[in-house]
Amino acid sequence: MEMLRRAALALVLATAAGGASANPDLLRLQRDPNQWVMANGNYSSWRYSELNQITRENVATLRPVWQFSTGVLRGHEGGPLVIGEVMYIHTPFPNKVFALDLNNPGRVIWRYEPTQDPSVIGVMCCDTVNRGPAYGDGKIILSQADTTLVALDAKTGKELWKVKNGDPAKGETSTMSPLVVGDKVLVGISGGEYGIRGHVTAYSLADGKLVWRAHSVGPDNEILFDPQKTTHLGQPVGANSSLKTWEGDQWKIGGGATWGWLSYDPDLNLVYYGSGNPGTWNPSQRPGDNKWSMTIFARDASTGMARWVYQMTPHDEWDYDGVNEMILVDNLQVGNQRIAKALVHFDRNGFGYTLNRENGQLLVAQKFDPAVNWATHVDMETGRPQVVKEFSTRAGGEDKNTQNICPAALGTKDQQPAAYSPRTGMFYVPTNHVCMDYEPFRVSYTAGQPFIGATLSMYPPKGSDNLGNFIAWDAGQGKILWSKPERFSVWSGALATAGDIAFYGTLEGHLKAVDVRDGKELFSYRTPSGIIGNINTFTHRGKQYVAVMSGVGGWAGIGMAAGLTGESEGLGAVGAYKSLADYTQLGGVLTVFAVPN
Amino acid sequence: MTKPLAFACLALLPALAWSAARAAQDAEYERPYRVENGKVDQATFNGYRRYGNSCLQCHGPDGSGSSYAPNLTDSLKHMTHEQFNYVVINGRQNVTASQQNVMPSFGHVEDVVMYLDDIYAYLKARSDGVLGRGRPERLPR
Repeated sequence: MEMLRRAALALVLATAAGGASANPDLLRLQRDPNQWVMANGNYSSWRYSELNQITRENVATLRPVWQFSTGVLRGHEGGPLVIGEVMYIHTPFPNKVFALDLNNPGRVIWRYEPTQDPSVIGVMCCDTVNRGPAYGDGKIILSQADTTLVALDAKTGKELWKVKNGDPAKGETSTMSPLVVGDKVLVGISGGEYGIRGHVTAYSLADGKLVWRAHSVGPDNEILFDPQKTTHLGQPVGANSSLKTWEGDQWKIGGGATWGWLSYDPDLNLVYYGSGNPGTWNPSQRPGDNKWSMTIFARDASTGMARWVYQMTPHDEWDYDGVNEMILVDNLQVGNQRIAKALVHFDRNGFGYTLNRENGQLLVAQKFDPAVNWATHVDMETGRPQVVKEFSTRAGGEDKNTQNICPAALGTKDQQPAAYSPRTGMFYVPTNHVCMDYEPFRVSYTAGQPFIGATLSMYPPKGSDNLGNFIAWDAGQGKILWSKPERFSVWSGALATAGDIAFYGTLEGHLKAVDVRDGKELFSYRTPSGIIGNINTFTHRGKQYVAVMSGVGGWAGIGMAAGLTGESEGLGAVGAYKSLADYTQLGGVLTVFAVPN
Repeated sequence: MTKPLAFACLALLPALAWSAARAAQDAEYERPYRVENGKVDQATFNGYRRYGNSCLQCHGPDGSGSSYAPNLTDSLKHMTHEQFNYVVINGRQNVTASQQNVMPSFGHVEDVVMYLDDIYAYLKARSDGVLGRGRPERLPR
């Protein structure tokens, strides 16, 4: 019997090693709570850890145990990876990578600094952020600002291969964290404010050779759609599903940037991500649904072919990019159905979506901030948001200032990823609580130049004096469980743990821990600069640590550095209108925390 | 008053008038905006919008700066119109160990070059403190 079991195991291993899509090493590592091997914790993007040494009871005693300055003073998004006894951290432009020795905290094992033409800085829309490298098969894979994808030897930092994924002269840049899936590394592209055409590309992990590329907009053979087999809400999309929703050849500058996060279901071999805004922010200049911008994609990881799509915001009029993380959860109770494989997504447009990730069926779409007003609801048959005319910038037309739209262009939530705890079945979501005025106007397209065509003013919703909330969300019911107000937008990625606590960072620079049951604050520590990075946890020599990068910037650094408009209007009170500069300055510091022995 | 002196004075008049006109022109060049009761002329309003398209994503709403680009309402307190034009058209880089500031060149960007004076007018009005934050109202034509 034992012999038979061993033989079966050997067979399984042999199949896995020979298979194109499996990566048994990574599949195993992403389940190991002692390490943090991918940006969002695991392939399902849970940002959850089974570690429970830090608990509700002792988290108040959490203390910084060591720090490390990156020497770069720009927005530090993303977070550290931990593989074995090494921590890997990265910086915004110039995109340095440090391998730090956990046995000798802060000692640099190797450092890597690519040579990049600094002119790329001028075509990055919202600071020079980077959301960190990926790990797979002994390689650290970094997507540099100038779109160079480089694989480094995780042990030495030596370059193994390099490939160019885009052209900064056309406004194509990179900020995202790649994802290693099987024998490939997948990466998207930024530049939605420059009239680029977004795509996700799979490169061979072994040598960087291009395997497939799937555009967000364009002809079927370039978006990798099968008119019969690719579905939208259960129906085949038909031929030219993207082209026929654009006027003329506007799709060529059609946007749909893919700068967010990638998730992966190894059983279905499907990869999930969202696309960003279509072309210019002036909707009158691009009539039609502008497919497949603002869309959730499910693609076959081996071929890139789209299995299903769902467009959340057809014909965007507000810059509600659909790129936020896709969180994959199993056995979710939705009404009286149990959904074996669900996908939960908190969109910039303010709706929290729950879908069946096998077929793209829409199950729940509810507002995760009551301030959201641009649409009354999502029609569950057609999947279309029911837009309120008063807040439609298209209805207003060019040169008309449409006021009091909620949320603002930065969304009820931006890329800062949420956490999911399988212990509570709840989601812990960092959110923005900001509204805007939006005035579209005509612009001309010049390659490599801003292609925006709207001016915006942002301010808190009427009657509010907070710009953010950290919330707990029930994705089966589409309901907010609790909501904890924050002075500024919560722009850091969350972490939930088996200690029944959730962590997040604030723009003032506090790392906070709250009770998952009610959001009660249990811990707060002020790091050197505002936090827009994502929190992780790991063990070293059996002890649990929590790590985060601080360094304010990103889109949070724009506007909020100067304070929002409305200061003189006396809408609210304390602090909300005060500039972020009164609370924090630029920085670039890693802080590692532990509970004292 | 002797005749020759009177003559000399008369001779000076055109020169004085010329220099006054020149001074007015200079002032107009350095302060090319019109703001009345918080309302602005069409050119300044257009400058506000073009700023929103091409400059805001780095220099922040209302020219107030961001964590990675300077506050232009401060910059224009010590920059001339000529210097402003030069930097916008040619761009500039300030890349050191501790900062990486890169202003791209806008010399070939229609929406910027064609409206450069309008953008300057808007920012100068903001810098001089005669125009507040947010979207300005337009003066009747």
